[in-house]
Amino acid sequence: MKYPETERQGFIIISLVGEVDLNYSPTARQQILKALNQGKAVLVDLSQVIYIDSSGVASLVEGFQVARQQKQFFALIGVSRAAMQVLQLARLDQVFPIYDTIDAAAAAK
Amino acid sequence: MQILERIHFLSRADKLKPVRDAVRVLAQRIGCSHGNIDCMVMAINEACMNVIQHAYGVKDDGEVILEFWQDDEDMVIRIHDFAEKIDRQTIRSRDLDDIRPGGLGVHLINKMMDSVEYLDGLDGIGNMLQMRKRLGVVKTSDINCLHDNAQELGK
Repeated sequence: MKYPETERQGFIIISLVGEVDLNYSPTARQQILKALNQGKAVLVDLSQVIYIDSSGVASLVEGFQVARQQKQFFALIGVSRAAMQVLQLARLDQVFPIYDTIDAAAAAK
Repeated sequence: MQILERIHFLSRADKLKPVRDAVRVLAQRIGCSHGNIDCMVMAINEACMNVIQHAYGVKDDGEVILEFWQDDEDMVIRIHDFAEKIDRQTIRSRDLDDIRPGGLGVHLINKMMDSVEYLDGLDGIGNMLQMRKRLGVVKTSDINCLHDNAQELGK
């Protein structure tokens, strides 16, 4: 299983879909870290996430930290209501750069 | 207290989705609100994940028992495992200002449920987590409320 990945406007965009739990978060983590290791700006699209648990959130936090250490652009886009609720509970909605669209992220880059 | 359902499963990550689905079906059957269902699904998922990751570790055939009890207007959820006893002093939520991967599960459980207790396991073997949700009460931390209050939270 691999989450869809595309390249657009200078970003690698990883689209997480469905229920991102302990069974799938290792895949998300691996893809995020691999994309960052290519030295590119990375966006994680959460628009199709209907459930995410703390292991999925941990994958995002790790990506955010690696990007910060390597001085790379890393942001979340199109955060679904289900994902936003968990980010808010963890107060991470105030930590991650979050944009509605790729264009908005590109403008902030 | 009256038992409503008992679910047995193995300590594997691929069992979490069927567990969440079963919780939703049960909670809908007894008429829980959407907000309470989401709270219970999240708390139970996080608690079962802790059992899989921390109590059983690499062992993927450990037995986990999830029980639902009705106690007047409360739903009581018990999660039993048969792993080595865990040191309860080590179970705590991390400081949310300390941004790092992991350590959020206990925080989410405490936010979602009205009470959380870590107890000795069945016949003194393993561990038991008992969580209680008051079905007639909507906490301010109810995730539906959080969404509705998003503006106040600064988003």
